[in-house]
Amino acid sequence: MRAIAAIAVVVGAVALAGCGGGDSGSGGPLTVYSGREEELVAPLFEKFTEATGIDVEVRYGDSAELAATIAEEGDNSPADVFFAQDPGSLGAVDAQLGELPSGTLDRVPSRFRDGEGRWVGTSGRTRVLVYNTDRLSHDELPASVLELTEPEWKDRVGIAPTNASFQAFVTAMRLSLGDERTRAWLEGMKENGARTYEKNTPIVEAAASGEIDVGLVNHYYLALVKEEQPEAPIANHVFEAGDPGSLVSVAGAGVLASSDQPDDAERFVEFLLSDDAQRFYVDEAEENEYPLVAGIDPPAGLVPLDEIQGPDVELTAFGAELASTVELLRQTGWLS
Amino acid sequence: MTAAGRRPPLALVLLASAVVALLLLPLAYLVIRVADGGGRALDVLWDRSTLRLVVDTVLLVAGVVVAAIVVAVPMAWLVTRTDLPGRRLWAVAAALPLVIPSYVAAFCLLGFFGERGLLQQALGVERLPDPTGYWGAVAALTLSTYPYVFLLAQAALRDLDPALEEAARGLGVSRWRSLARVTLPAIRPSVALGSLLVALYVLSDFGVVSLMRYDSLTRAIYVQYKSLFDRTPAAVLALVLVGLTAIALAFELRTRTRGRLWRTSPGSARRAQPIELGAARWLGVAWCGLVTGLFLVLPAGVLLYWLGRGIANDRSLAVPWDEAAHSLGASALAALVTVAAAVPVAVLVHRYPGRLARALERLSYAGNALPGLVIALSLVFFAARYASPVYQTLGLLVFAYAVRFYPLALSGLDTGLARVSPRVEEAARGLGRGPVATTWLVTLPLVRSGVLAGAALVFLSAMKELPATILLRPIGFDTLATEIWGATQVGAYSKAAIPALLLVVLSAPVLWLVHGERGRLAESGG
Repeated sequence: MRAIAAIAVVVGAVALAGCGGGDSGSGGPLTVYSGREEELVAPLFEKFTEATGIDVEVRYGDSAELAATIAEEGDNSPADVFFAQDPGSLGAVDAQLGELPSGTLDRVPSRFRDGEGRWVGTSGRTRVLVYNTDRLSHDELPASVLELTEPEWKDRVGIAPTNASFQAFVTAMRLSLGDERTRAWLEGMKENGARTYEKNTPIVEAAASGEIDVGLVNHYYLALVKEEQPEAPIANHVFEAGDPGSLVSVAGAGVLASSDQPDDAERFVEFLLSDDAQRFYVDEAEENEYPLVAGIDPPAGLVPLDEIQGPDVELTAFGAELASTVELLRQTGWLS
Repeated sequence: MTAAGRRPPLALVLLASAVVALLLLPLAYLVIRVADGGGRALDVLWDRSTLRLVVDTVLLVAGVVVAAIVVAVPMAWLVTRTDLPGRRLWAVAAALPLVIPSYVAAFCLLGFFGERGLLQQALGVERLPDPTGYWGAVAALTLSTYPYVFLLAQAALRDLDPALEEAARGLGVSRWRSLARVTLPAIRPSVALGSLLVALYVLSDFGVVSLMRYDSLTRAIYVQYKSLFDRTPAAVLALVLVGLTAIALAFELRTRTRGRLWRTSPGSARRAQPIELGAARWLGVAWCGLVTGLFLVLPAGVLLYWLGRGIANDRSLAVPWDEAAHSLGASALAALVTVAAAVPVAVLVHRYPGRLARALERLSYAGNALPGLVIALSLVFFAARYASPVYQTLGLLVFAYAVRFYPLALSGLDTGLARVSPRVEEAARGLGRGPVATTWLVTLPLVRSGVLAGAALVFLSAMKELPATILLRPIGFDTLATEIWGATQVGAYSKAAIPALLLVVLSAPVLWLVHGERGRLAESGG
């Protein structure tokens, strides 16, 4: 009996020791949940602290996992700001986001923000076709993503059906061409033997290695893979105007309604849209994203955003549409 | 022989029950989520794709368990019971892959066998067979899990009383027959327990099936969480996973068969005379070389190659010392807490066997096959809503490790206690020692190697753990695993190589500790 009591004391003591040191927040540093990779955005956060004196604590993770986390946390979420990779993740928790000040929202064109002002795009990316330049010349590339179901592309295409960016593109196709044509395209891709990958980076790597000839990805992964393999024979191709394959989407941010320091949080989002922070995407960031604020030119070598005419769709709808997109992907055998 | 029929002290029962109740939190969360979904939960369950996922998952588990036994048991026998040249070295090399996280193993196998991988470059051929899919997943998972079987089989072989085999030989049974009729059945419970740990690992692993693009239940759960913010389908699939765990546990229980083997004398057994292999020993060396080459040298080589490429490409590469300290600290705490929490259940199972003890032990496994993401979200749910002071603290992270790796600690205590006959304790009591003194002077020294092995397994697993660490670590608390993850997220393998190598180098001594400890005990007993 005494042995047991001793064990109980030990367990209790260790448990207590392990539980100390919690920081529940108020007045302290700003807590940001970032679905954007640390490699890419950490310098931006440092600039914010330099500019405002407000310390930032960042929880890095996958955008969707962080959205799920925020949903499970409910009103007790320690997060003040959610900085996500895609409109879908922001849309998934929009009920927990507060409305942003109009001064911040108005910095970007209305197509790059939530219709009800709960989140705002902070940088842009386009869907592109990455291709192996040893295997293909520019004039052999398809004008529309719809052509990829034709026999000449059999077994040559890579996609990432489980990835949020691919699913956003499928949502764009559904909203612009309708469910039936999208279903036909997805089935056609299946028959055409498109190879699946977990996310964008491996697709670009596979195009570089010649495992596939072309792949559907976001534009900036090219620069990241070139960083690791400078000699890789790969380039990006933009589809024709209005094509769902050239969807322009955004990474974005919103302020949690449950934040105990909403002023600092709003300053943070405001900062992300300041000229300085926007210029960061042009001058410093490795990943070559588009700034969204007017008057700041995109990085050299990128097709300007105005010239890319994506499909005519509302990004705000993407969160709510995701469930139908996933169901369609399941029905066509792309998701189990 | 056993203490069956004795009533366990109430405090012990309460303590064990409380521990198991905490371990069941993830299950409670899943039930809440499924209940939220109402009728849709049944739709997901009866969907044809769910059945296919179950079949594919079972095939994967079966493949890895068989491969792990085939790899591990011959090696364990070779290094413990024969005169294999360099057997001490092989014993260390065979256990080492345990320190390689399975997602790193998968990255390395792909980096070697994959498209434009090192092998293809070396051979200069246009195309190699696709290494992803079922066999790729089996290979990567075998790499990171066969050491469970190896370590347990090795311990069982070493502690097996040579008198058993000698008796068989004395009765005129041939050496190979005695191997088949005495030795292998004697280590069967250990192999079964090792296989169970392998099966649970495979059921819960996401990294490998994702990189190898194999559709298992765990991958489907992740996909559901990522794409659909309705969490009911993921919860239903996770409960299916719990069902599979129950089946694996039942299998293991059946394989254990009959009673346990206790030596009649305390202390360690004599060392058995090593069996002379003769010319066959080169076959043994070849086998060990093949296993070690594929599962240890190859991944380490790929990591070193990436590191070299990073240096050649002039990437800024820093050694993540802080992250290493975080990994070590959190993992050490996890080992301590988990082993302490396993004590009440283990004592109950071994000293007061009965329905209650068995039920508690089996229940403690329930959450173990769940993917780390599910465990993390369940703890997010409970802690953020009902225990916010502990949310996002080191304590909660350590707790998550304890929930995930509890069976590892239990298995260590289990093999330790299984070797202590209650008679030895009873003798000490009969000689006037109190229960505390008996525990301290008799039981503890005897179970020490088991306790250390359990603690080491928890420590090593916590070092590698990723999904729960990402969501539950205190903000800014980066570990080696999260460093590797961050780098591979953006395809920067050369940046991932340093934390990966550091993880391996820092974990390896812990394995050595277990080996050293066992060796000393065996020697002092002889």
